[in-house]
Amino acid sequence: MRTIEVDQITQAIAKMCIDACYNLSADVYDALVAAEKQEESTLGKEIIGKIVKNADIAKNGEVPICQDTGMTVIFMEIGQDVHLVGGNLEEAVNAGVAKGYTEGYLRKSVVGEPLFNRKNTTNNTPAILHISIVPGDKLKIKLAPKGFGSENKGALKMLVPADGIEGVKKVVLDTVKLAGPNACPPMVIGVGIGGTMEKATLLAKKSLLRPLNKRNPNPDYANLEAELLELVNKTGIGPQGLGGITTALAVNIEYFATHIAGLPVAVNINCHATRHAEVEL
Amino acid sequence: MADVKRITTPLTKEMSRSLKAGDSVLITGTIYSARDAAHKVMTEALARGEKLPMDFTNQIVYYLGPTPARPGKAIGAAGPTTAGRMDAYTPQMIEQGLTGIIGKGYRSPAVVESMKKNSTVYMVAIGGAGALIAESIKAYEVLAYPELGPEALAKLTVEDFPAIVAIDCEGNNFYEKGQKPYCKL
Repeated sequence: MRTIEVDQITQAIAKMCIDACYNLSADVYDALVAAEKQEESTLGKEIIGKIVKNADIAKNGEVPICQDTGMTVIFMEIGQDVHLVGGNLEEAVNAGVAKGYTEGYLRKSVVGEPLFNRKNTTNNTPAILHISIVPGDKLKIKLAPKGFGSENKGALKMLVPADGIEGVKKVVLDTVKLAGPNACPPMVIGVGIGGTMEKATLLAKKSLLRPLNKRNPNPDYANLEAELLELVNKTGIGPQGLGGITTALAVNIEYFATHIAGLPVAVNINCHATRHAEVEL
Repeated sequence: MADVKRITTPLTKEMSRSLKAGDSVLITGTIYSARDAAHKVMTEALARGEKLPMDFTNQIVYYLGPTPARPGKAIGAAGPTTAGRMDAYTPQMIEQGLTGIIGKGYRSPAVVESMKKNSTVYMVAIGGAGALIAESIKAYEVLAYPELGPEALAKLTVEDFPAIVAIDCEGNNFYEKGQKPYCKL
C-alpha cells in the first residue's frame, strides 16, 4: 500500500494545465513542421508556417497557444495499491484546475449549468474526470484541455455490422467534411470503434491523447488509420479550410469488443492545437 | 502573400465592397469584440426596442473571447472563434450597420444574403493562432457587459491585424474556391 496526498494531485494538475496550454508537445509541433514542407497550396503553407510561429511565441510562457484553453479533460489511472489521503479526490482535481487556470492566465470557459442560466463558474471547473483502477501503486494523470470549436464537430453513429469498414470510413469522412474550417484544420481525428454508445465516444477521446507519431499496435487498425488520413487529406479542405492537402495531421483509432448486433463509431475532432500533458506520481 | 490590402477603420461600404474573396488584408484602427453571450444580450435588447451600448455603423466585429492579459500586456491569446454560432444573430447585427466581421468557418445562406444586401464583408483570421494574432492588438477595453467575462463587448486597438476575406459583399466564397483545386475525391 502506497499513500499519496491528494494535494500532490492538485499541484500536479495545476502545473499540467499551464504546461499544456503554453507548450505544444513535440509530436504535434513536428507534425506541423513536416506538413508545412509538404503542403502544395501557397496560402496553406503560409498558414501552417504561422501556426508553427504561434507555437514558438506561446512557448515563452506569456501568451497561451490559443484563447480557447478548453474544458479540462483528465484521464486518471489509479493503482489499486494506492491509498489517497488528505481530502476528497474530485475536489483536489478541481482545485488543481482552478489554480492552473487562474495562475496561468488561462480563459475560464465553463458554465455551471448548460441550458437555463449558463453562468460562468469563473475558475474553469468542474473538469471532466475519467478514473480507472489499474494494478500497481502508481497514479498516472493524463490531461487534455479541449477546445469546443473542434469538440462541437464530433459525431456518434450506431452502425450495424453490415456497414463494415466502408461504413466506418464514410462516418469519418462525412464528419470531417461537416467540420471543415470550424474545427481549425489541420485537425487531429480521434476515432472510437466498438463497445457501446458511451464507450465508443470515450475511446475516440482517449485516442486523441496518443502521440501523433504512434500508430495503433494492431496492424489492421494501423492500416485503417493511414488509409483514413490519406482519404481525409483528399477532401481539399486544407489548412483553416482555405484549401490544400493538409486537412489532418493524424487519424488515431482505438477499438473495443462490441455486441453481435452493433458497430458503434465515434469521431472526436481536435484542432491543430492538440494539447496534452502527462505525469506519473 | 502577393497582394496585401491595408485597411483602416471605420470601414466604409465603399471600402468593404472593394475587398474580394481571397484577399489578404491588414487592418489598423478600432475593431470590436463580441461572441455568443454578447450577441444574445444585444439582440434581446433590440427585440425589446432598446438601444445598443454602441453604434455599429461602419464598424468591424471580431468574434473573440481572449485569455486574460498578463500584467504589462494588452491582451492574452486572441484568435477567432467559430462564426457559425453567431449566424442566428448576425443578420440583426448587420442591420445595425456592421460592414465587417472577423471569425472563422462557414456562414449560413441567410447571413450571406444579409451581407450582400448591406455590403458587409466576412473575413477570417487563423483559428488557433491566438498568440501570434495578439501581437497586432495594442489595447483591449471592455465597453459593456463586464459580467460576461471573456464574452464581454470590448473595443480593440489593432495595428496590421491579419485576416483573409472568406466571403465578399457579392457573396463570393473563398472556402469553395480555395478547396476546389485540392479536392481529389
